[in-house]
Amino acid sequence: MTRRYSAWTLAKEGLRGQTGWQPAWRTPEPKPTYDAVIIGGGGHGLATAYYLAKNHGIRNVAVIEKAWLGGGNTGRNTTTIRSNYFYPESVALYDFALTLYEGLGRELNYNIMFSQRGVLTVAHSEGEMEIAARTVNAMQINGTDAELLTPAQALDKAPLLNRDPRARYPVFGAVWQGRAGVARHDAVAWGYARAADGLGVDIIQDCEVTDFLVENGRCAGVETTRGTIRAGTVGLAVAGHSSVLAAKAGFRLPIQSYSLQAMVSEPVKPCLDTVVLYMGTGTYLFQSDKGEIVVGGGLDRVPSYAQRGNPPMQRTVLSGMLEMFPSFGQLRMLRQWAGNVDVVPDSSPLIGPSPLPGLYLNCGWGTGGFKSIPAGGWLLAHLMATGAHHAISRPFDLDRFATGRLVDEAAGSGIAH
Amino acid sequence: MQLFPCPFCGPRDETEFQFATEAGKALPEPAGDVSADRWAAYLYLKDNPKGVTREVWLHSTCGEFFLMERDTVTHAVIGSRAMGGEA
Repeated sequence: MTRRYSAWTLAKEGLRGQTGWQPAWRTPEPKPTYDAVIIGGGGHGLATAYYLAKNHGIRNVAVIEKAWLGGGNTGRNTTTIRSNYFYPESVALYDFALTLYEGLGRELNYNIMFSQRGVLTVAHSEGEMEIAARTVNAMQINGTDAELLTPAQALDKAPLLNRDPRARYPVFGAVWQGRAGVARHDAVAWGYARAADGLGVDIIQDCEVTDFLVENGRCAGVETTRGTIRAGTVGLAVAGHSSVLAAKAGFRLPIQSYSLQAMVSEPVKPCLDTVVLYMGTGTYLFQSDKGEIVVGGGLDRVPSYAQRGNPPMQRTVLSGMLEMFPSFGQLRMLRQWAGNVDVVPDSSPLIGPSPLPGLYLNCGWGTGGFKSIPAGGWLLAHLMATGAHHAISRPFDLDRFATGRLVDEAAGSGIAH
Repeated sequence: MQLFPCPFCGPRDETEFQFATEAGKALPEPAGDVSADRWAAYLYLKDNPKGVTREVWLHSTCGEFFLMERDTVTHAVIGSRAMGGEA
């Protein structure tokens, strides 16, 4: 029986013919009642279950997933983790996630392959450099790391960048966040799943929530394709489909679903050891551990649940890549895919009580759900366990749309998300 | 590229169009009596259906807003027509 992962157990199992490994989590039948039920077995839902058990001692918990673990946006993102935002509320949230990511591999005893290779956000004009300086100042004041780089420093970080002085988007300087990086997305879902299972959480796959059980005006559980499951408290972490579940619970959300697509090239030898985003093209890319160039950009312009992505945005993203790295014109693209994302008018997430008492929300992450997983899980667990906001999640309550206190990051940091 | 049917110009490339809003929203009135919650609902809340939806789109090329019915899963366009005073 080998439960813990280490160099020692790896060597031991190697000598024993790999016969002692256990499944990373159980496959239990759903029980009729839990203290807490979380809908959605992606990163956020699994992290919520883990922190409910770990931080709050609530172990009679189920995660209900309609398909398989991490098969939605957790498996479809481009794995970048950063906290280069403008408003103090946003930096507090995303930097909390980044800080948790920094210790996550050890905490979960699971290698999430977090590589803090830095994010280089390149500016192309004097005007953009002023915006870049403003962003750097805001990030430093808010207590996270940021540096303003000269063109020579930026080119030093990514030598293959377009050096043509007549380029449409010349390298004029950059914002550098060195603590940012990439992690293995499946490993984040699997690591949380395994750790939560170890604390007693039931992970139930192939089980779709069809309706909510409402008693005395309060959410008392869920109806599923595998029967009724009662719960003391229910959490919703189904970004991309939040409006669909909200409709079943009888309320609407300030969310529009869009497709966000990404692509990878054939694998090539190491040529890029950081994440690069161009302010001008909106395209960003990095090289995966396997050598593929992973490329992404902005949202498709057509509201959609299609999970496939439209050709015009592919063209925009790839044109952007060629502008940034002319030598990548030699690459052949291998795969293209898309996920559905929850887009909120102020480009900030929704975390807090829903209009149905007993049901709590963790959604609206736009294009930035993956980097927020540890924080989203931590904060939703806090809400479900205590019924009250953590100080970090308070600004992201649904009530901000009526009070007008929006956290407008589309305007604040100008980052496509 | 997908073609969208502009009621004024006929089928045109999707890149010429911009999504404006879901159809069917009514301005709450009289303005002085509208609570913050009702304003927020009017401004921000959406049905965001998975499947058939009715939307207001702008054909940037001719500058006209119009109604389009389409499916958000298959992207099939069911029909489009000029605005007739309602939304």
